[in-house]
Amino acid sequence: MGSTAGLAGVVTADTIRARIAVTSWEEAVRASGELLVRAGACEPPYVEAMEQAVRDLGPYIVLAPGVAMPHARPEAGVVRPGIAVVTLDTPVPFGHAANDPVDLVIPFAAVDKDAHLATLQRLVALLQDQTALDRVREATTDEELCTALGLEAQDTQTN
Amino acid sequence: MRIVTVCGMGLGTSMMLAMNVRGVLADEGISANVEPVDLGSFKTMPADVVIAPREMERQVTGTSAAVVLIDNLVDKDEIKSKTLQTVRSLQG
Repeated sequence: MGSTAGLAGVVTADTIRARIAVTSWEEAVRASGELLVRAGACEPPYVEAMEQAVRDLGPYIVLAPGVAMPHARPEAGVVRPGIAVVTLDTPVPFGHAANDPVDLVIPFAAVDKDAHLATLQRLVALLQDQTALDRVREATTDEELCTALGLEAQDTQTN
Repeated sequence: MRIVTVCGMGLGTSMMLAMNVRGVLADEGISANVEPVDLGSFKTMPADVVIAPREMERQVTGTSAAVVLIDNLVDKDEIKSKTLQTVRSLQG
């Protein structure tokens, strides 16, 4: 019954952070979006657009209990496809009636629908695998989170 | 039968929803055209059924389409039971 829902090849170690401390949903979006900026996946305005999208369209990006997937339109500043996976030290409410509070934030930058589809399928598979999801939530360090996502824990080189 | 899955941008949530809905209908041998769309396009797109996150209820009601609202967008059981209930009632 081993999990095959790893995200190797979809996320990289430099866009993964375990148990970061934030006090609001805005901070959660900005902190997780910043990883995409530093990884070169998007420009800073894209992160602002992700935040604005929640204000404009509501918190529907909280698509499962505790899981938010912030995103915006490609033209808001996507450079190349990218996904970050961030767990929160203390869950924060996004204002969602059924799925608050959020402790797993997965912002993504997509360039077009077709290229994006395979990635989404892998993410959905992870979110549907309760065992894998538990391991992701239980990870207390970046290394443990990498392992939980099926990545080789490795030294990261940002900037 | 024409089914649209809706989200704000037609890029993330609606595609995840469409994948799950297609899977559910295929399992049941029901043929339907399932298309992910953004909120803007939805208004100009005739459909028999619209499936959307519950948080979008306000934005997707008011057309002739039957509305299915989902709380957990990766919960196959919720998507399956709600979708089939509506689709079967339309097949009557």
